[in-house]
Amino acid sequence: MIRITTRVLAATMALSLPALTQPAQAEDMVFLSTQLRPVEEAQKMREIILKAGPVPTTYVADFPQVVPTRLAAEREGGKRTVSLVGALHGELQPLVTAGDLVPLDGLAAKLAGRGIPPALMELGKLGTAHQMYIPWMQATYIMVANRQALPFLPKGADINALTFEQLAEWSTAVQAATGKRMLGFPAGPQGLMHRFFEGFLYPSYTGGVVSTFRSPEAEAMWTEFAALWKTVNPNSTSYNFMQEPLLAGDVWIGFDHVARMLDALRQKPDQFVAFPAPAGPKGRGYMPIIAGLAIAQGAPDAKGADALIDYLSTPATQIKMAQTSGFFPVVTATLPDDLEPGLKLAVAAIARTQSAPDAKPSLLPIGLGTQGGAFDKIYLDTFQRVVLRGEKPRAVLDRQAEGLKKIIAETGAPCWLPDKPSQGPCPVE
Amino acid sequence: MIPYFLIAPSLLFLGVLFLVPLVQTIALAFQVHGAWTTANFTTMADDINFHDAIVDTFAIVAIAVPLQLVLALGMAMMLRNLGRGRDIVLWIWSIPLGISDLAAGLVWLAILTDQGFLNTILLKLGLVSGPVSWLSYETPTALLIGIAFAELWRATAIVLVILVAGVQMLPKEYNEAADVFGASPWQRFIRITLPLLKPSIQTALILRTVLAFEMFAIVQAIGGRNFPVIVGEAFTWQYTNQNFGVAAAYAVVVMLVSLAATLVYLRALRTPREQIG
Repeated sequence: MIRITTRVLAATMALSLPALTQPAQAEDMVFLSTQLRPVEEAQKMREIILKAGPVPTTYVADFPQVVPTRLAAEREGGKRTVSLVGALHGELQPLVTAGDLVPLDGLAAKLAGRGIPPALMELGKLGTAHQMYIPWMQATYIMVANRQALPFLPKGADINALTFEQLAEWSTAVQAATGKRMLGFPAGPQGLMHRFFEGFLYPSYTGGVVSTFRSPEAEAMWTEFAALWKTVNPNSTSYNFMQEPLLAGDVWIGFDHVARMLDALRQKPDQFVAFPAPAGPKGRGYMPIIAGLAIAQGAPDAKGADALIDYLSTPATQIKMAQTSGFFPVVTATLPDDLEPGLKLAVAAIARTQSAPDAKPSLLPIGLGTQGGAFDKIYLDTFQRVVLRGEKPRAVLDRQAEGLKKIIAETGAPCWLPDKPSQGPCPVE
Repeated sequence: MIPYFLIAPSLLFLGVLFLVPLVQTIALAFQVHGAWTTANFTTMADDINFHDAIVDTFAIVAIAVPLQLVLALGMAMMLRNLGRGRDIVLWIWSIPLGISDLAAGLVWLAILTDQGFLNTILLKLGLVSGPVSWLSYETPTALLIGIAFAELWRATAIVLVILVAGVQMLPKEYNEAADVFGASPWQRFIRITLPLLKPSIQTALILRTVLAFEMFAIVQAIGGRNFPVIVGEAFTWQYTNQNFGVAAAYAVVVMLVSLAATLVYLRALRTPREQIG
């Protein structure tokens, strides 16, 4: 809870940040970013990463909703100041539509040897024929387990290639041995449980998120998940960051965003293991959180931006980024032996998730605008009804599907991965 | 003219900072995309948490407010009979008033959580064999009691302070006369103190009930998602779901409930005109 207070403080400080940033010096290249926004992270970016960069850079961190407005204003005003844009995949999409970004095919060819996974490079095309951004850094959700839980793994199960079935067996075995429910999910008021449904459970079981929302596979999935929940620590509906119950020993097996488990891995790297989320019948759904670097149309210093992207995608810089932020390398990077052991665990789990043969990337919702919260609520309410209140999945899914249809119709959002591309709004079948 | 001139700033202040937002909130509650509608109220009533929020809120009010009144009355009576040290006791009793709601919630969370003080003590005493969950969705009764307890601890002091002020104003003569006629302490309390205290009790009840209907931070800290209350739902709709219309609809519900409670108290605890002054 004290964490919440610090977050509020951080948010307040971040609010005042734009006012504090020094005016860009005329010759500096302007790097506008929606990530690494909190003062501390932005300062590390300036002092550690960019200071050693190839060109003098002014780093400006601003809210995601401000970036498209600023770029549009600059375009319409005919005076471009921003050269480099750093943002999440979904935030870069509207910039392409608005015509604020230039293709980076040449740069992509030049960086081909860095080992950025082809799937990530493909995402960087944003549905066009050209490379619109270069993947910059990534995060995702992983699982962390206490080593005490390992002896109870089902026979023959590979912890790095678990299925949901094996997870259920494992959790049941732990409960049988300890008398306690030791599986945990971040289903608290500030937790990211909705991302588990949108990026992991639904894709793994149904191969989609929106179009398959009320499919028979979804019905079977909810029935299975409700059964799994019988082995889940009932305090899960209060957990916001899984690192806390993991460190306290209330939970032995937990799922969460890597940044929300990092404290546990860092503090007791010998006590925990990190591994990919389980797979279902349709593959190993996972939600990559990818930040990309793009160059603005009419950038005053396109060459400098080019050089900076090159520098930011060197393995050495990427490792430095991992040490200073909650994000991880997108390139093949040989981790130094003296890398913090907790970080090493996280990096390895992310790499295994991403390179799993059955990996099924499922993106953060795209194109929902202010309806994002309502969209998440559809999945959370379904969870609350089916799992916490024991209502029949079929009736709940049919009811919730109506709400989902309304949101999609109102926003006109086309399908995003893992749903098949749609002409027009994404259909709820 | 001068009196009107003097109250003008406060009227203006209330008008700008209270009436205008009030009207705006009501307007917001009845609009979707600028068109007049009751859709926000339908969404609110159809929502999974609406029923629970209403039941939970009324349950806490029904449990906490009467208990707070009884406790505060008892404490005020005890204070009356204290000589030396009365101020210190009053001061200690009103400490919770100086603590923010959220801090109070966090204190009780630290006590009631799985690894909290309560479980530690129970474990040391050998009454339980491991941590017991008090605040999970599987233990709604324990959760309700926990929140009611925190609410009692936190807000009895405000009732006490109002009643103590009322008790100090009571004329001694009635009690002394009753004493002379041989009334027992209990009779004197029921027949004399309580009726004379009615205006203070009314004030305390109105204040306490309205605030109890608006409780939020304590519940948020202790119950989180497991114990929805009306104002908590308004907060969730505003910030998490970003649906300002439904949030405003909840705000209107809280306002109506508070107004109704105030009216009930004003009527039920009316002091007849001949008793005033």
